[in-house]
Amino acid sequence: MPKRIVIVGGGAGGTITGNLLARNLMHQIEHGQVIINMITDKPEHIYQPGFLYIAFDKVRPEEIIRQQQDLLDPHINLFVDPAVKIDREKNVVHTKGGKEFPYDYLIVATGSRIVPEAIPGLKEGAHWFYDLPGAQKLREALKGFEGGRVVITVGVPHKCPVAPLEITFMLYDYFKQKGMLDKVELYYTYPINRVHALEPVANWAVPQFEKKGIKYEVLFNMEEVDPEKKILKSMEGTHLNYDLLIAIPPHKGAQVIEDSGMGKGGWVATNKQTLRNEGHNNVYVVGDTTDIPISKAGSTAHFESDVVAERIASEIQEGGTMTEYDGKVVCFVETGFDEATYVWFNYKNPPKPTPPSKMLHWMKLGYNRLYWLSARGVL
Amino acid sequence: MADIKIDKTIDARGAACPGPLMELIKAMKQENVGSVIEILSSEKGTSVDAPAWLQKVGQELVKVEERGDHWSIIAKKIK
Repeated sequence: MPKRIVIVGGGAGGTITGNLLARNLMHQIEHGQVIINMITDKPEHIYQPGFLYIAFDKVRPEEIIRQQQDLLDPHINLFVDPAVKIDREKNVVHTKGGKEFPYDYLIVATGSRIVPEAIPGLKEGAHWFYDLPGAQKLREALKGFEGGRVVITVGVPHKCPVAPLEITFMLYDYFKQKGMLDKVELYYTYPINRVHALEPVANWAVPQFEKKGIKYEVLFNMEEVDPEKKILKSMEGTHLNYDLLIAIPPHKGAQVIEDSGMGKGGWVATNKQTLRNEGHNNVYVVGDTTDIPISKAGSTAHFESDVVAERIASEIQEGGTMTEYDGKVVCFVETGFDEATYVWFNYKNPPKPTPPSKMLHWMKLGYNRLYWLSARGVL
Repeated sequence: MADIKIDKTIDARGAACPGPLMELIKAMKQENVGSVIEILSSEKGTSVDAPAWLQKVGQELVKVEERGDHWSIIAKKIK
């Protein structure tokens, strides 16, 4: 009987883990000792950081979309059929199409999604760039914007924690290029008591805000939007008028997680070192799906994938490994249209941002293309 | 902590991003009214910042405790 590995989710985490496993276990797969099945809800794979550039008309949608099948090692069996129930007692995944996928090892990589509907009025009153239609709609709104107050607001939880700063600095450069800075007020809000979760990044960003005339308000958690009067209200009791509202909507995990009783909000209880689902030794979790208090970002998913693939391959081949996740995250941060910085940190080492440079911006643009190698498990 | 029944503990020690206060905000939004939530943080600042935020949004601070190398902040979602 072959060992059956089932991966639920075809985003960055699921795809990288699958490809690494297929490479590490190629011999066993070719000899019928291991089967890898991937279950995903759509045939395309989207490079989500590209949405930011679509909002500014710098990238076309086809540049950030590939067919999932084309990214996968041919040893992986792909099923485009959404998972609707994960039964960890019987070790089986049920799909919308009525199929059952029994497993010996399960990798949960169902990711996160925006839920603008969680904030009354947000869907009607705000723009966002966290999905393709939203980024395209924002692009059109920016083209037609004639001036006024642009409010940037951030929901909790959210993925890609540097994106709120990136869009703010890119908006500044966009309006500067259009010669509109005298007609536009940029107003940035953030949920906690500094302008970014990472203190060194916040300390760097504040002087930049002051130099560029970007206003900001901290301890601002959106509660409600009045799309008619164009007013944003916070849980903290403040109100903001806006002419253009750009929101990072709050996120939830996948519905299948909640429907399977695997975690409130769609987040799965995960050991922060082993990446095992707590209480289930044959279930691993990668990427946004974990409840680990760490950045929900593609790089997190990438580094977690390395660990999960190594652990499962070693368990099958050698009975186990000591490989654990150290909390590594690496993020490029666009600081405008032509400069960027980056941060890296882990559980033990806090980040130290480097001064922004054109070179780092080009590296970020380069990585936007190199991502397809990361997804294939090459880079 | 025998006298306080905690419904959810979030171990945010060493969590640089999104950090303990954002984790508390997330839990306050996600958990049911009446839930008691504990955040563990290795940042001393959380022992001041979290109570300040709770007061601002009208939620209840139950207890702040220093435990050697980290702090425990316990809050109750009351609305």
